[in-house]
Amino acid sequence: MSVMNPPRSARTRRAGGPAGAGGSFSAWANRHRKWLFAAPAMIFVGVLIIFPLAWTVYLSLTDSQGSVRAATEFVGLKNYLTVLGDMERFWPAVGRTLAFTGVALAFEVMLGMGVALLLWRPFRGEKWVRVAILLPLVATPVAVGMMWRLIFDPNIGFVNQLLGMVGIPPQPWLSGQDTALGTTIFMDVWQWTPMVVLILLAGLTSLSDEPDEAARVDGANAFQRFFYITLPLMMPTVIVAILLRGIDALKTFDILYATKGKGGGSFHEVETLNVYAYGLSFDYNQYGLSSAVLILFFMIIIGSMWLLTMRKKAVSK
Amino acid sequence: MTVMTDSATTVADSRPTRRRKPLGTRAYKVFRVVALILVVLFLLAPLFWMLLASLKTNVDIYDTGKAFVFSPTFENYANVLQRNNYFVFIVNSFWVAFVSTALSIVLGVPAAYAMSRFSMHRSALVVLMARVIPGVSLLVPWYYVFSNLRMVGKFEVLILSHMFVALPLIVYIMMSYFDSLPLELEESAEVDGLTPIGAFRLITLPLAVSGIATAGILSFIFSWNNFMFALVLSGAKTKTLPVAIFDFVSYASIDWGGLMAAATVVTIPIMIIALFTQKYIVSGLTAGATKG
Repeated sequence: MSVMNPPRSARTRRAGGPAGAGGSFSAWANRHRKWLFAAPAMIFVGVLIIFPLAWTVYLSLTDSQGSVRAATEFVGLKNYLTVLGDMERFWPAVGRTLAFTGVALAFEVMLGMGVALLLWRPFRGEKWVRVAILLPLVATPVAVGMMWRLIFDPNIGFVNQLLGMVGIPPQPWLSGQDTALGTTIFMDVWQWTPMVVLILLAGLTSLSDEPDEAARVDGANAFQRFFYITLPLMMPTVIVAILLRGIDALKTFDILYATKGKGGGSFHEVETLNVYAYGLSFDYNQYGLSSAVLILFFMIIIGSMWLLTMRKKAVSK
Repeated sequence: MTVMTDSATTVADSRPTRRRKPLGTRAYKVFRVVALILVVLFLLAPLFWMLLASLKTNVDIYDTGKAFVFSPTFENYANVLQRNNYFVFIVNSFWVAFVSTALSIVLGVPAAYAMSRFSMHRSALVVLMARVIPGVSLLVPWYYVFSNLRMVGKFEVLILSHMFVALPLIVYIMMSYFDSLPLELEESAEVDGLTPIGAFRLITLPLAVSGIATAGILSFIFSWNNFMFALVLSGAKTKTLPVAIFDFVSYASIDWGGLMAAATVVTIPIMIIALFTQKYIVSGLTAGATKG
């Protein structure tokens, strides 16, 4: 999206010439096609984002609660101070969000790279493996959450049955206060590692064979070739994968809400920032507070994206 | 995982005449097959388990001895489809996904074209912002406005909110598609007397059909799977499948067989679509990922 040839635009812009054939409206439309084409989509997105975002900023400065229509009072930065001083819900939610995203991404990138390398060179039955990779990716997250609820059920779940066969006592998984977040991370890894595989595989396939071949001739073993040749060349793609996946991982909502419900469970064990903000808004109608949480959350997302983009620029050089 | 290849044998194996690299030693081949089987099992086993449970009675689900051997029943599906009105939710989901995708294509494809051809990076960023913003921060204002307009629970609002997911996706995919289309064809069409818009309509658009298919399929899937917007903005008559499944567990005790049948009903259509359009989905998901 970022790389474009400047000569292209220069040449097309000039081409308004032959438009004279179609009357004045057509000529006008052709001359202004840049904005004629782009404006409807931009206005649509603009109206649906900029206005709500401004409103969220405004709400975060008021004591709005109960009903959005109720009278509100301007309270300045009070909500932000309340939220930033909240050690019971806000900061643990920040920690869970970052832990969920960080751990899930680490597994997804490592496993994804492993599977992508396995798939890199053609083999018989490739088609079937690709189908298996695609299915988790397109499955409806809420349904996936329900599926794992049954599989991880402490009493009747298949996972505990399997563990029982090798003599490991049943684990509480989703219903355990300490195990719930890890279990949801596992679910995320199951569903989204395939996405990372596809992105990394596209990267691997577009690599030139020559550096690898040269290193091979020089006697480098596969291990060295991966760490000194393939991985550095793949870094920009790895960062794109982290960026795309990271944005969605930070905002994970469906599987958490589907498996643990309101507030991320009775001890808030899987309550991430998104679940917390959703709960404040729609389960408890604390609009002022939730808006402050959302603005801070948004800043965290933008901040991490910015860091990654900087990193990508550094490795692309 | 090419780490298993032994360097000495690899070098010995590679004859200069062979175009494709040798896969390495026999040990690596065996390792690769075993690893791939494990990966496939890991990815498919849970889905298979869900399918099995949907064909069991609740008594059989609680009987761990009947994990794989049981007499299948379609009772759960009959219950879900008839008693719980899932046909209505299927139609709702389909309608919302279809209309929001179609409208997003109409808005998004020309926009992506202009943004690609005129290098409108900043404008593109505005549209792509929609992918980054947490949905909840938009839902409160939307809910306020739409409830004042008495529109919450209507299809229009649901479609509008899903377009918000679909449009950025379509613009993103189509921009990288148009970037890769050569400009020469349009230029020669203009030399031959077509207007720029005519060239777009008659030359570029037909060439972009597979790109539009890619973007459309992915946007349909994302809309079909969307949960949060529908959770807040749908009403009794417009409820989509993900919300219907979520409601399934709000009752006192969980009807596992029914729940798994419902989960299967939601995922099967999208998986069938995915199987037939695999190539498009992969190219859409990886669009723009390998560029600098």
